[in-house]
Amino acid sequence: MNFARRTLIGIPYIWLLLLFLVPFGIIFKISLSDYAVSIPPYTPTLDLAQGWAGLRDFLSQLDFENYIWLSEDDLYWKAYLSSVKIACISTLLTLLVGFPVAYGMAKSAPEWRPMLMMLIILPFWTSFLIRVYAWIGILSNEGFLNQFLLWTGVISDPLQIMNTSTAVYIGIVYTYLPFMILPIYATLERLDGSLLEAAIDLGCSRTKAFWLVTVPLSRAGVIAGCFLVFIPALGEIVIPSLLGGSGTLMIGKVLWEEFFSNRDWPVASAVAIILLLLLVVPIMLFQRNQEKAQEAEG
Amino acid sequence: MTAAVEFAPWTDPTETPLIRFERVVKRFGDFTAIEPLNLSIYRKEFFALLGPSGCGKTTLMRMLAGFEAPSEGTITIGGRDMAGIPPNKREVNMMFQSYALFPHLSVWDNIAFGLKRGDMSKEEIAARVDDMLRLTRLDRFAKRKPHQISGGQKQRVALARALAKAPKLLLLDEPLGALDKKLRQDTQFELMDIQEKTETTFVIVTHDQEEAMTVASRVAVMDNGKIVQVDTPPKIYETPNSTYVADFIGDVNLLHGRAEIRADGLASLAWAEGATPIKGTAGEGLQGGEASFVIRPEKVTITASKPKDRTNVVKGKILDIAYLGNLSTYHVELPGGQVLKAQTANNRRLSRRDFTWEDEVYLSWTDTAGLVLAR
Ligand SMILES: Nc1ncnc2c1ncn2[C@@H]1O[C@H](COP(=O)(O)OP(=O)(O)OP(=O)(O)O)[C@@H](O)[C@H]1O
Ligand SMILES: [Mg+2]
Repeated sequence: MNFARRTLIGIPYIWLLLLFLVPFGIIFKISLSDYAVSIPPYTPTLDLAQGWAGLRDFLSQLDFENYIWLSEDDLYWKAYLSSVKIACISTLLTLLVGFPVAYGMAKSAPEWRPMLMMLIILPFWTSFLIRVYAWIGILSNEGFLNQFLLWTGVISDPLQIMNTSTAVYIGIVYTYLPFMILPIYATLERLDGSLLEAAIDLGCSRTKAFWLVTVPLSRAGVIAGCFLVFIPALGEIVIPSLLGGSGTLMIGKVLWEEFFSNRDWPVASAVAIILLLLLVVPIMLFQRNQEKAQEAEG
Repeated sequence: MTAAVEFAPWTDPTETPLIRFERVVKRFGDFTAIEPLNLSIYRKEFFALLGPSGCGKTTLMRMLAGFEAPSEGTITIGGRDMAGIPPNKREVNMMFQSYALFPHLSVWDNIAFGLKRGDMSKEEIAARVDDMLRLTRLDRFAKRKPHQISGGQKQRVALARALAKAPKLLLLDEPLGALDKKLRQDTQFELMDIQEKTETTFVIVTHDQEEAMTVASRVAVMDNGKIVQVDTPPKIYETPNSTYVADFIGDVNLLHGRAEIRADGLASLAWAEGATPIKGTAGEGLQGGEASFVIRPEKVTITASKPKDRTNVVKGKILDIAYLGNLSTYHVELPGGQVLKAQTANNRRLSRRDFTWEDEVYLSWTDTAGLVLAR
C-alpha cells in the first residue's frame, strides 16, 4: 500500500477520531467527575504543570458516583423507558404514514417522481425550529386545528393537544417522515415489476402479491427507515420541550435540564453516556441490516 | 427427426385448437402493435414466434397470459373466451425473459410459490416440488437463493416454477436469451425433452431463427404486428411464402427480375439482359410479372468447368471465401454485379481446395432447387 492510498483510507478514521472518539472521551471523563461551583462546573481538572503526580491525583478523584446516582433516582430510568416507548410508537406511526406515501411515489408516472421527491425534501429548506413553532400555531387551543373543528361544529370545546404526548407524536412523525419515506421509496422504486407479474401469473391476487413480494422485498428500506427515525427520536429534545410541555418525560429533556438549568455537567454527561450505550445496540443492528441488504443485491 | 406417427394436428380438420386468436388487434394509444391477426395453436404443440425486435411477439404472449387485453377481437383458450379473465385465473404460466425469480425466496420456495396458492396439501406440494427439481436437475440447489446460482440454473428454476402448476399452456419469452451458445443448445434439447414428457403446450418467443427451427413443431414468422407465415420448420425453410420469410430464415440468394409461368408448371425469371432465364418452382400465388428468385446457398453447385446436364448455369468470379470449418461459402460475382453464395461441405483437406480468389467458376442448380416468389 502506498502513501496516497493509506492517507485516503486514513481520512475517515481521523474524522471518526476527531469528531466522535475525542468528544466521547471528554464527556466520559466529565461523567466521572464531581459537581463543583466553579468554571468549568466540575472537579477535578487535569493540571499538567504538576506532571505525573498531577495525573495520578486527577485519576484518583474520578469515580462512578454519578452512574450510581442515576440508577438510584427513578426519574432517570423512567425517562429512559418513556423515551424508548415514545421513540418506538412514533417510529411505528411514521412507518404507517411513510410506507403508503413511498409506495404511491414509486407507483406514480416516472416523470412525476422528481417533483414528488422535491416535495418530500422541501420542508428541510426552512429551519426545524420554525417548523416546530408552526405546529404550536396549529395545535394550541386557539390554533388553526381547533378553530377549524369548532367552526365545522365537530367539537364544541377546543381539544387539548398541545402539551400532551399526542403533540409529541405529531411533531416527531412530521419531522422524521422524509427519513422514513426516502429509503423505502428507494427500495420500492428498484423493485422489478415483472416479479409482481410473475406472482400474479402464479395465482396471486394483487393484494396477495403485495404481501408476498412487495413487502418482503422492501424490508431493507423499511428497516433502514425505522432506524433513521428511531435513533434521533430517542434522544429528541426540541420537540418534547416545545410541544410536549411538562407532562412528557423524555431523556433528552432531562439531559437538557441537568445541563442548563442545574448546571450539573457530570450528571448530564452520565445521562448522555447511557443514552449513547442504549443507541449502540440499534445502530449495530442497523449496520448489519445494511450489510445484508448489500449482500443480497450483489 | 420424424416421429413414428407424425404429429400434425393442424392438418386435421376435426381437431379443435387449444388457442385461437380471432381478428385480434392490439393498440397502444394510436400505435398499432398487432394488426388484425388470426392464429390457431394446438394441444401439445411446441409453437415458436419468430420475428425481429419490436414486431409484437411479447405483446402477443402478454395477451395470452392476461397482462394485456386485446383492443379488438377474441382470444379463446380451450374453447373459453379469455376476455376479462385475470392472469391468476388462467391455466397459463409464463416464463419471463428476465426469469423474474423471487430474490427473497430459496429455489425450493420459488418453485413452490405457485403451488401454495392452490389448495394442495403440504405433502403434495413437497412431492411436486421435488419432482420438478429432479426434472430440471436442480436437486442440489434447492436451498440456495437465486443470487447464489448461475444463469443457466436460474433459467431452469424459472422453467420449473412455471411448470410446477402443470399449466395447460406454458409461455416462454426468450427463455434462452441470456445463455451462451453451447448451454443454449443443450437447454433447447432439454426443453424439448421436458415438453414431450409433460405434454404441455409450449409457446416460445425467440428472435433466433436457429432456435425456432430446432425446437418447434411449427413456427410463425412475424413482421410489424402481422404473421407472415405459419408452418413447420422444414416447410418454412424450403418453401417460404415471401422473400421476407426466405431472407429471415437462414441464408439466401436473391435475384430480381420478371417471371413467367411455363407450360410445365415451373416458373422462369428473366433476371439479366441477354442471359438465359433461370428456372425454379413457382411460389404460392405467382402470376408472373415482377418477381424474385430465391435459392439457398447449399443448393448451388460450384464447378470449374461448365456442367453439361444443368439448364440453370451462370458464370462468375470468386469474390470471397468464408471458411466455416465444416462448410465453405463462396461469394461469386456475376457479370451484372449481383453476388451469389454457394456453399459446399468441406470433406477434403484445406490444402487441396479447388478454388481460390479471382477464379472463374460456374454456378448451377436444378430446376426445382429455387423458388420464384411474387414481389
Ligand atoms: N406498453 C406499451 N406502450 C406502448 N407501446 C408498446 C407497449 N408495449 C409494447 N409496445 C410497442 O409495441 C411493439 C411490439 O412490442 P413487443 O414488446 O411485443 O416487441 P417484441 O416483438 O417482443 O420485441 P423484442 O424482440 O425486442 O422483445 C413495439 O413497437 C413496442 O414499442
Ligand atoms: Mg419481447
